[in-house]
Amino acid sequence: MTVLRETWIVFHRQMRLSLRNPMWSILMLSQPLLYLFLFGPLLKPLTAQISQGQATNAYQVFIPGLIVQLGMFGAMFVGFGLIAEYRAGVIEADRVTPASRMALMAGRVLRDVVVLVVQSILLLLAALPLGLRAPWGGVLLSLVIVALLGATFASLSYSVALITKSEDALAPLLNGIAMPLLLLSGILLPMQIGPTWLQRLSDISPLKHVVNGVRALFRGDISSSASMWGLFWVVLLTVIGLTVGARTFRKESA
Amino acid sequence: MMIEARGLVRTFKTKRGPVQAVQGVDLDVADGEIVGFLGPNGAGKTTTMRMLATLIKPTSGSATVAGCDLAKDPVGVRRGIGYVPQSGSTLPEAIAGDEVVDHARLYGVPKAKASADGQRLFEEFDLPGLWRRQCKTLSGGQRRRLDIVMGLIHDPKLIFLDEPTTGLDPQARANLWEHIRGLRDRGATIFLTTHYLDEADALCDRILVIDHGKIVASGTPENLKQQVSGDAVRLSLADNSQAPTVMKIVQELDGAVEVETDADVVGFRIQRGGSVLPGLLRSIDAQGIELHGVEVHRPTLDDVFLTMTGRSLRDEHTAAPIDEKEEAVA
Repeated sequence: MTVLRETWIVFHRQMRLSLRNPMWSILMLSQPLLYLFLFGPLLKPLTAQISQGQATNAYQVFIPGLIVQLGMFGAMFVGFGLIAEYRAGVIEADRVTPASRMALMAGRVLRDVVVLVVQSILLLLAALPLGLRAPWGGVLLSLVIVALLGATFASLSYSVALITKSEDALAPLLNGIAMPLLLLSGILLPMQIGPTWLQRLSDISPLKHVVNGVRALFRGDISSSASMWGLFWVVLLTVIGLTVGARTFRKESA
Repeated sequence: MMIEARGLVRTFKTKRGPVQAVQGVDLDVADGEIVGFLGPNGAGKTTTMRMLATLIKPTSGSATVAGCDLAKDPVGVRRGIGYVPQSGSTLPEAIAGDEVVDHARLYGVPKAKASADGQRLFEEFDLPGLWRRQCKTLSGGQRRRLDIVMGLIHDPKLIFLDEPTTGLDPQARANLWEHIRGLRDRGATIFLTTHYLDEADALCDRILVIDHGKIVASGTPENLKQQVSGDAVRLSLADNSQAPTVMKIVQELDGAVEVETDADVVGFRIQRGGSVLPGLLRSIDAQGIELHGVEVHRPTLDDVFLTMTGRSLRDEHTAAPIDEKEEAVA
């Protein structure tokens, strides 16, 4: 119970700090819309190829990719905020309190997850007038997947930030991980149009399976093997991400 | 005992191999004391303090802090201590009052009590009207006092202050000293690090001098200074030719050392120079010798440090075997 209370205190502080920054709020709200309007039209003609004819609606294919991308990129760079906090001595001040180390991380991750889910919902609402139609159950489950994915990447980002403690080290490292993950996920362009070796390579990326899973959920194939694999991978990633994050926060001098 | 540490050792891995930043520190701090940890940058002050505050684990050794065992009950230690780090403890963009209340709540203090206590501390620490201000709008001295309020908000019995006045202007320093002295009236025990001699001298009941990760001297500021070489006394004579006579009188004094003369000045060192002076002046007067002036210089802690380590405390660059910041990457 104490851990939950402490998590709430940390979450509340983070949320208040984020909301106090008007620039942050505007960016947070506009980002999903930018994806939708500036990126969506590029993918529309490729709908049939990406879904292999399974989709009845272009946005059933496009929106799942976008919210997975949002879950990944929205959370991936949160470590920069942690470095700023570290510089100001806030992390040290937190660590000298009796609060659980888990709560210090969980409260921050929770803020990131809430932001991502709100962004995703905005994205979905904005896509409705453009013709998105998807079953409620699948959409809700997809939001759970985005939340888990966000928690994973936020925890990992915080871990790396705490270990490196430097923006200069964090930026190239995160970009180095984000680029291949994005390219191999099949979010931007369908992997099917690539050569076989590239398709095999993308099979290794858990993210590709997550994207496929969310696409299946948006089509309403909740019990399909694609959505099961997507769920399996995202749960596994979350367990790994949170474990690594919690260990780093617990570790001395982190 | 508020702090009882035995054989604390901390080794850091660096690119040049392992460095022992703290090499077996024993220390005792009694309830209600203000104890200062004095030493040059890199001597191991901050590392020792961070170990005692549960922020880093000792490589070996043991300690009881605020009644709890450091290794077995770090959470108990955290409950009993307040730690004011060198780097600050608030986010520049955050509202000062919010930071204080959130910090208190992590100690389990209820929100309303945290807010009431915090605002009272703001008054006490000369921060009136700053409760709703962004931290970055505060001056250096105000920011430092805010850090102290953060460290005090859960009413700890032991307070760690890491270099409390570094980077402050002289006026803000003097003001902060007043506040630190005031903490003792609250019944708190204070353990602070400093590399300023005047600060240790002005604030501390007892001083531990640390160099290269070892405690090289400890005692009250008075005590430490007396251990050294005594006070320097200089007698200026009206007539040069009387110097040999004065030398002779001085040499007969019990404990006078380094007796020297230079033209019309006779100088020497002696313990408690102020108390031997009246008798000495009478003897000189009895010989019909006229003095132009008398000076007594108390030894400074810099003299202490020089005697203990052979190096001047101000000589910081040659004194640093390890950058204490390196512990961050260890």
